[in-house]
Amino acid sequence: MTTLAGEEILEQAPALPAGLREVNNTSDDPRARPPLILGERTFTSITDQVADLATRPTRLAWYIGFGFSLSLLGLLGVTVGYLILTGVGVLGNNIPVAWGFPIVNFVFWVGIGHAGTLISAILFLFRQNWRTAINRFAEAMTIFAVMCAGLFPGVHVGRAWLAYWLFPIPNQMGLWPQARSPLLWDVFAVGTYATVSLMFWYMGMIPDIAVLRDRAKDRPRQIIYGILSLGWTGSSRHWMRFERAYLLLAALATPLVLSVHSVVSFDFATAQLPGWHSTIFPPYFVAGAIFGGFAMVLVLAIPARQWFGLKNLITLRHLENMAKIMLATGLMVDYAYGVEFFTSWYSGQPYEQFVILNRALGPYAWAFWVMIFCNVVAPQFLWFKKVRTNVWLLFIIANLCNAGMWFERFVIIITSLHRDFVPGSWGMFYPTWVDLGMLAGSFGLFFTMFLLFCRFLPVVAASEVKAVLAQEQHREHRQHAAKAPGLQPGEAAGAGV
Amino acid sequence: MMDRSADNLASPPATDGNAPVPSLYALMGEFEDVDSLLAAAEKVRDAGYRDWDVHAPFPVHGIDKAMGMRPTILPWLSLGAGLAGVAGGTFLVWWINATSTAALPATLSGYQYLISGKPIFSLPANIPIIFELTVLITSIVTFLGMLALNRLPMLYHPLFKSARFRRVTDDRFFVVIEASDPQFDEPKTRALLEGLGSTAVERIED
Repeated sequence: MTTLAGEEILEQAPALPAGLREVNNTSDDPRARPPLILGERTFTSITDQVADLATRPTRLAWYIGFGFSLSLLGLLGVTVGYLILTGVGVLGNNIPVAWGFPIVNFVFWVGIGHAGTLISAILFLFRQNWRTAINRFAEAMTIFAVMCAGLFPGVHVGRAWLAYWLFPIPNQMGLWPQARSPLLWDVFAVGTYATVSLMFWYMGMIPDIAVLRDRAKDRPRQIIYGILSLGWTGSSRHWMRFERAYLLLAALATPLVLSVHSVVSFDFATAQLPGWHSTIFPPYFVAGAIFGGFAMVLVLAIPARQWFGLKNLITLRHLENMAKIMLATGLMVDYAYGVEFFTSWYSGQPYEQFVILNRALGPYAWAFWVMIFCNVVAPQFLWFKKVRTNVWLLFIIANLCNAGMWFERFVIIITSLHRDFVPGSWGMFYPTWVDLGMLAGSFGLFFTMFLLFCRFLPVVAASEVKAVLAQEQHREHRQHAAKAPGLQPGEAAGAGV
Repeated sequence: MMDRSADNLASPPATDGNAPVPSLYALMGEFEDVDSLLAAAEKVRDAGYRDWDVHAPFPVHGIDKAMGMRPTILPWLSLGAGLAGVAGGTFLVWWINATSTAALPATLSGYQYLISGKPIFSLPANIPIIFELTVLITSIVTFLGMLALNRLPMLYHPLFKSARFRRVTDDRFFVVIEASDPQFDEPKTRALLEGLGSTAVERIED
């Protein structure tokens, strides 16, 4: 085992395979760039690791996790079925709070999805090679989160079987959707986002499904992976068009992801309600979405790298980088909270001032302070490298941030609606068991899909990791060659990661 | 150098008289590392072959140049789709909300909503849908265009008969020169591949 520059083995357990050994490769020294792939660094070792996860016998722990998720998914089926058969009266939504849990959950889940596209598209455009180990399951997370999100507006409209009225389909009533309404923008934004994310995810997966096809031992897997991989032969002419298409899709997904949460925020910002009517909403929502999304990636990545033995691919450096992005976007969110307070005070408008004070001191103050604790206080610990490289603390903070982002949407939606202009129309919102069941059930849908994905599909983009490995080896080779006559700084930092 | 009987595990063991004689599809040379692959690709390109390809587990940096590949027309397809998306999206939102054509059946005629006295058609309020439709159509055309230009899905390929070729998704690189190439001559092409440092040369039958 070679120890490369910048590595520091944290757990002195040489018996552990590379995938289970924690190695600190978070060096800040730009002269000695630590590698992104640790342990045995050959193309075959990567293939083995990725293919083995999808082809090995199913573990008991997976069945337990899957059983639990599936039962929560069952709860979703029961609550949604009850809602559709009975009517929206089973939810806590009423006047004045006509947008209750369904919209809170919708915005929460759409936000979660954003980190996946950020990793797969924006970090790709910025040539951040460390994304390769995490992009696949971050993309999967995006798709499952958007599925959860899409469910809520669909079922809370009342007559879910007429949800197709949202689309511009010629009909005998001679009516069309209203294209100047933010609610219709939402339909197009979320629909486009789901479609593009799905294509991007599947396209990136084709070469890796081919890996599984070539590694599969039994006939059913060979046939299914064979069909899904579309006959991929690794032809360089195919790779060239594939890479070009990947670049184009990344370039398309980048403005798309920024537009989606902006459009979601327009649902609020274009209303005249104090607490919603604000021009800071689009950037504030996008930053919050990336913040919450990265928190969810960490919540999934930290157990996954442990259980699937992926610590040599999803290294501490990956976790630390994600923690840094969370800190940066968390500070943007905190800034937006501050601006909301400032503009309401500076506006001199009593309704604007009241809604902010009511948030912090009114009947939902507990939700507000939970949000402040989770989104303002908790991320500050990420300033410290000791915290960023401690997986347990990172896991706890990421969970807090996820909870905080849910409460942020709760605070924005519920507290703005429940006390508006006329005190005579004030009221309170209380969730029913159907509301709570649908929230818990959406996590069931999310984790069921995610566990199925982990079981049957390539969780790491093997071909991309191999390309990074080939680059790293090329660079190390050059470094060794350059060391002999004296290190040239331009050479050492050459193919920047 | 090569052991054909052990390699062609998936192909039928022998012909039974009635079966058609398999025709030669290509010669396939195996390479173990990127550097020798790139060097070999340059030689094959310079030898003037046309119907040949390099198969690799990941996109090899610099292979486009080594193989003398022409750039793909895919970006132009995307651009066309993007322009069609802008035009189509604009037409859609304008037609459904800003027109009303009595001559047409109600199913197809637009419907002019008057909302809060705002203009029937104004560009800013319609931009989000136009933008999303542009991205949607461009992405679909880019994805399907990539597949179509690559002739995918193609679930049968003669190369899949070779057991050695299975490592193309793992850690091996292959230069495949097809028999359809006008320059193809089995002994000469084989000598070329062997001379380029390929670790094994295999006959691929169709």
